Amino acid sequence: MNEAATPWQKARRLLVTVGPGAFWLVVFVLIPSVLVFLASLLSRSSTGSLAPPWGLHNYVRFFSEPLFWEIVGRSLWLGWWATVFTVLLGYPLAFYIAAHRYKQVLLLLVVIPFFTNFLIRVYAWIILLQREGAINALITAFGLPPADLFPSTLAVYLATVYTYLPFLVLPLYAAVERIDWNLLEAAYDLGATPVRGFWEAIFPQTVPGLFAGFLLTFIPAVGTFVIADLLGGGKITLIGNLIQQQFGSAQNWAFGAAVSMILMLMVLLGLWLYARTQGERGLDELV
Amino acid sequence: MEQTLFRGRRERKLGEGIAVRLEGVRKRYGDTEAVAGVSLEVRDGEFFSLLGPSGCGKTTLLRMIAGFDEPDEGRILIAGQDMRGVPPYRRPVNTVFQNYALFPHMSVEQNIAFGLRMRRMPKEEIARRVAWALELVNMQGLEKRRPNQLSGGQKQRVALARALVNEPEVLLLDEPLSALDLKLRQELRVELMNLQERLGITFIFVTHDQEEALVMSDRIAVMNRGQVEQVGAAEDVYELPRTPFVARFLGDSNLIPATALEPRRVRTPLGEFVLDEEDALTPGQEVLLSIRPEKIRLFREKPNLPNVFQARVDDIIYTGAENHYLLEADGVRLTVNTLNQDILEPGHDEFSYDEVVWVAMTPEKLVVVSEAGSGGGNGA
Repeated sequence: MNEAATPWQKARRLLVTVGPGAFWLVVFVLIPSVLVFLASLLSRSSTGSLAPPWGLHNYVRFFSEPLFWEIVGRSLWLGWWATVFTVLLGYPLAFYIAAHRYKQVLLLLVVIPFFTNFLIRVYAWIILLQREGAINALITAFGLPPADLFPSTLAVYLATVYTYLPFLVLPLYAAVERIDWNLLEAAYDLGATPVRGFWEAIFPQTVPGLFAGFLLTFIPAVGTFVIADLLGGGKITLIGNLIQQQFGSAQNWAFGAAVSMILMLMVLLGLWLYARTQGERGLDELV
Repeated sequence: MEQTLFRGRRERKLGEGIAVRLEGVRKRYGDTEAVAGVSLEVRDGEFFSLLGPSGCGKTTLLRMIAGFDEPDEGRILIAGQDMRGVPPYRRPVNTVFQNYALFPHMSVEQNIAFGLRMRRMPKEEIARRVAWALELVNMQGLEKRRPNQLSGGQKQRVALARALVNEPEVLLLDEPLSALDLKLRQELRVELMNLQERLGITFIFVTHDQEEALVMSDRIAVMNRGQVEQVGAAEDVYELPRTPFVARFLGDSNLIPATALEPRRVRTPLGEFVLDEEDALTPGQEVLLSIRPEKIRLFREKPNLPNVFQARVDDIIYTGAENHYLLEADGVRLTVNTLNQDILEPGHDEFSYDEVVWVAMTPEKLVVVSEAGSGGGNGA
């Protein structure tokens, strides 16, 4: 390193080190967010495009209408429980994979659904769950009456858990792989029973991965609209469906942008609360 | 080794009871026998070392005492209780792990309190004992730190406090000093010894460092290939090694093949030697003689001593405190260490390269070592 760097050299160094990351953030995060925010302050023109007057009227409309609150509540409820089920399934799965001889193969199997288009996979669930579908064929083969699996809320949960399981398992697996198992022996040595030892010595090591996976599952699960649309039979309206409708059939981009901003702010608020309760370490450990 | 003096000054009070007793313990991993029949007794309050090269089975033995592994054969008794089937969390022992194994998500305080918390001790009692343990290892003021904010030596102290706060019958230490630099290691040796003496807890200390074992232990079990080659006080195993392995692993040793002519007279490639052995030999018996490099004496003129012969100085290595002479005589190579006490005094005369010198091996310093395999089972 040159001691006496000219301002130009300093600037160039900064550009090389911080530049690419900053560029990425500005182009893909900051500019789109600002555009969405600006759109949320506009109104709908008679032709369905964005137009003045400017104002907070879209936000006022959202918060003054109980129906929208209901939609938000339903989305959070569905997102939460879908994520809980995903965790219940994915947590043991991550340990199973990490301990398996052919863990590379198993990991590949977890990722393989991504090779197929998301929509096609959701349609595949329709084929499985419909009245004449494979699952009902199995049920009737045992002499039981066919079940109304599609369209239903159950189908929405099933497909949501199925879709986001890899997002939970991958970061969790990375954490499980790095577990220092010596700590379990240390816990036993100090008098912890196997169950106690797991909770005290192993579980805390998986918390960062679990939280990362939780976010990667919860955020899209709250915002999903395709799954609810196709498997819920159009009867379940989530916040994602609301946004989609505003940009689509309702042709009210300004209101859609406002709902998007509200969803984003809710997520950021949740993260901020987590960071507060966990102290300053909280977010550092998420990597 | 000045610490030896320190150890020698210690008045050791050992209990009469047996803290740990191993009876024919065996453990096999696949095709290799990690522990191949070990019987030992460790007394109450003893500082006992398991010394050997890596892969000799010392760590496996320690893990079996801790309960992480079960022996395939044999019995382990701790404080008179057979430990078969007793899980680690019900054994009256605690371990200081080689990598410390501190809980990274807990503070120093919480780490130390862990064992007490598992025993459901009341909060005030835990706080009192944790404070005591912190003081014991001189870590007051650091109780809120996390392990990643501690130096190696500090982690070591926390690991020690975390184990000792539970007042175990036996403390197991798995190479606890090996990750530290030399200066710190030497300091912690003395601290560990003082601590052990103060608390009177039995220590079983695994190490591959012969100096560490010699300095710290009341007794040492020298292990090789899953077996105990010799057990005894530091002076015993160093001065009177019973097997070639022990002779070579603890310090340096010159091993000379010999054939017995009479009970105390042998023929060697260097000539006929008289011995001062308690166990006399049977004529015709083939043995190895061991003599430590610092116990051989060199002369310019032929001395009037037993067991003298001539040798040529092949090389001289100056190591500061000592000179190491590599001698050659009748195809046998010997190492002789001499203290450089007077090296700067006028008239002090060093031996030089290629000089032919007189070598004397005092009979009482020539030790008969048997071939490996007949060792072991000396647990007394």
